[in-house]
Amino acid sequence: MPVKSYLAQAFEGKKEALVQTLSGLPSCEYYPAENEDLVVLVTDTSDEAEEKILQDILNEIPELKHLSLVSGFMSNQE
Amino acid sequence: MINTPVNRRNFLKTLAKVSAMAAAASMFPGIVFADEQEANLPSQPMEWKKSPCRFCGVGCGLLIGISEGKAVAVKGDPASPVNKGLCCVKGYHSVLALYGKDRLTKPLVRKGGKMVETSMEEALDLVARKMKESIAQHGKDSVALYGSGQWTIPDGYVASKFMKGGIGTNNLEANARLCMASAVTGFMTTFGMDEPMGCYEDIDHADVFVLWGNNMAEMHPVLFSRMLDQRLKRKGVKIIDLATRTTRSSKAADKSMLFLPQTDLAIANAICYEIIHNGWVNRKFVEDHCVFRQGKTNIGYGLEDKFAFKDEPQELSFEGFKAMLEDYRPDKVAAISGVSVKDIKYLASLYGNPNHKVTSFWCMGMNQHTRGTWINNLVYNIHLLTGKISTPGNSPFSLTGQPSACGTVREVGTLTHRLPYGEVTDEKARQKAAKIWKVPVERIPDKPTLHTVEMFRALDRGELKFMWIQVTNPMVTMPMLNRYRPATQKEDAFIVVSDVYPTPTTDVADVILPSAMWIEREGMFGNAERRTQHWNQLLEPQGEAMSDTWQLIEVARRMGYGDLFPWTKENHIEEIWKEYSIFQEGAKHGMAPYEVLKKQPGVQWPFFEGKETKWRYNAKYDPAVKNGSIEFYGKPDGKAWIWFRPYEPAPEVPSAEYPFWLNTGRVIEHWHSGSMTRRIKVLHQAVPHSYVELHPDDAAALGIRHGEKVRLSTKRGILELPASINERGVPARGQVFVPFFDENMLINNLTLDAFCPISKQPDYKKCAVKVEKVLA
Repeated sequence: MPVKSYLAQAFEGKKEALVQTLSGLPSCEYYPAENEDLVVLVTDTSDEAEEKILQDILNEIPELKHLSLVSGFMSNQE
Repeated sequence: MINTPVNRRNFLKTLAKVSAMAAAASMFPGIVFADEQEANLPSQPMEWKKSPCRFCGVGCGLLIGISEGKAVAVKGDPASPVNKGLCCVKGYHSVLALYGKDRLTKPLVRKGGKMVETSMEEALDLVARKMKESIAQHGKDSVALYGSGQWTIPDGYVASKFMKGGIGTNNLEANARLCMASAVTGFMTTFGMDEPMGCYEDIDHADVFVLWGNNMAEMHPVLFSRMLDQRLKRKGVKIIDLATRTTRSSKAADKSMLFLPQTDLAIANAICYEIIHNGWVNRKFVEDHCVFRQGKTNIGYGLEDKFAFKDEPQELSFEGFKAMLEDYRPDKVAAISGVSVKDIKYLASLYGNPNHKVTSFWCMGMNQHTRGTWINNLVYNIHLLTGKISTPGNSPFSLTGQPSACGTVREVGTLTHRLPYGEVTDEKARQKAAKIWKVPVERIPDKPTLHTVEMFRALDRGELKFMWIQVTNPMVTMPMLNRYRPATQKEDAFIVVSDVYPTPTTDVADVILPSAMWIEREGMFGNAERRTQHWNQLLEPQGEAMSDTWQLIEVARRMGYGDLFPWTKENHIEEIWKEYSIFQEGAKHGMAPYEVLKKQPGVQWPFFEGKETKWRYNAKYDPAVKNGSIEFYGKPDGKAWIWFRPYEPAPEVPSAEYPFWLNTGRVIEHWHSGSMTRRIKVLHQAVPHSYVELHPDDAAALGIRHGEKVRLSTKRGILELPASINERGVPARGQVFVPFFDENMLINNLTLDAFCPISKQPDYKKCAVKVEKVLA
């Protein structure tokens, strides 16, 4: 049950489109920056399989320039 | 502002979110997540109140959200000309530092070897009694007060009046000696007056920014963000990072140049050589506004107790100055510094190009330096030779680390040699202080006593019997702690500590006084651009906590100096400000009235005839200029001094036994010794402990991988901590870097207490260290 956070950098001027795409994805919370083409993305998936699927979807988002993992937490290791 | 999560999974998500935001804030200084701020606002009514940030010397204006008697939210103040609504990760989480579980809320006294709770009355009685006993038995100079650049202006003013005007001792120092003293002596020796002539608005005008050993992306992130913003908006703006270590600032810069420790002295001279030999000297400016001087050389390092030094300036001609620079031809300096001839010439050309406006920024890299005064002088030389000074965008700009290092320590003068106006050695300054304080002039001693390092040495020698420490944590921040920690634990030394959390310094205290923190009391800070910022008391102090100002007044009254402090709890801050302002009256240093400070998000001094002064020494902006367009009126003839200052090596250099350079410093998440930011879960989780950065080739040669334990040894101590390789910062080969915030991994057990003989500021950036992998 991983919880992860990322810095999602949009291509210049594509932040709104990126946010639009993220809003349609399950297991995602997002926090767009006001003054940068950057979105903080927090993912909360139930298992590794769901995590893999989500990763594949994220990697295909055309507005996404770069995705940097910041933190990861396995909640079953609490 | 982050609300407390209600369950474990939400907690993890919140932690993940704020970790990412913290990372974003360090990569994109000034980044704003307004939606997140608003999403977490409590539903109950909330009032937004202004305050300067509690942490660094940038002095960002904040708006603090107050609800039901608690500070629950923070945002950058859009009305503040400093940060224009931006806020860094520390500022954003600053109010959480008020609510750590182990806040000190009751006084503690040592009884039978244990700290036991007592009342504030009893604790203050004990402090006053011990201070009086020490003075009676051992004289006035057996007691000392050690404060901070985090003291508010009223704290510092009362401390000075109490010690110098009341007791009659100059045993008053502050931790700004450890961070800003070389900047002060640099200003005083070159211009005759302290503090920058420019302001942060220089960022909006400069074409070139040169960072001299200054990792602004982490240490001054909001100003760094303003620079990056200008680079985006204006074509041709360049940022040059001149440093000993690759940092986040280097990565964001247009050009990064790495130099060997201490050789900044040679590089600055090489730039002057190039400026002269390429005909880039602004001759009219130099002839009209500058003179040349040389001082003593081979001036020592202050390693001996009771070290004394006095410079003797000698007149020098331009031709003499030029001849002395022959030793600093770029090819010679390249061999010393490791910076290529091409890069030295490029850097000089940026300063020399008459079409470029250039701002130089520096902070601890230049100031924590055994030739700190000299390197400050040398950067001023560059700006003076080219005439790039005191006009918008042309600015040699010494930044500060603490919120009121300027406002309190430098302006109020809470150092052994200073008074609120002038120096103790100046009879007129003593007379002025005596008149305002209504004390006999002979009570104010005319000789400085102990600067900070010497104060702790005096404690070690048994000459100091009583020390009161406020708002600082010297048992983490002093160099060579293996000597100075035992000094505080001597049986006949009585130590009082005023603080907000337990620290290694409260561990050595005989009395601990709980302090009201930041917005739990009214106060003022003064930032690096001569901006004074006032805040009202927004919260009730926790438990029996009391402001440092009022603690000092209470003890002074108990010692019989009540007539110096005839104020009430309700009016004392206003009355202190009014009295202090008398010292600074006039066009050169006038301070804004209390009523103006209350209304505005900061006011720059000199404040004269209702106007603040953005650029000093320039008649266009500065009403104190009376002669010509530029007048450096800190000097009697109105002329700045261009100093010849040579390159001299550091006192301790790598050797066969200790083959690496050790450099220490800060990280963006933690405020100095971490006593507040380590109580903020998000910041603590982001950087939970210290580490040692190594160059990857050095690490490979030593068989050290990232995260493995490393043993550092110097002549003074040993420390084991994990390796950091290719992470946040990367030192050059042959160097290591360790953050100093972690009280559990005290790097200052290893550092050297050598200091600049002129400023007496220690050098935390250079000593020799052995690096070994710890075998399991």
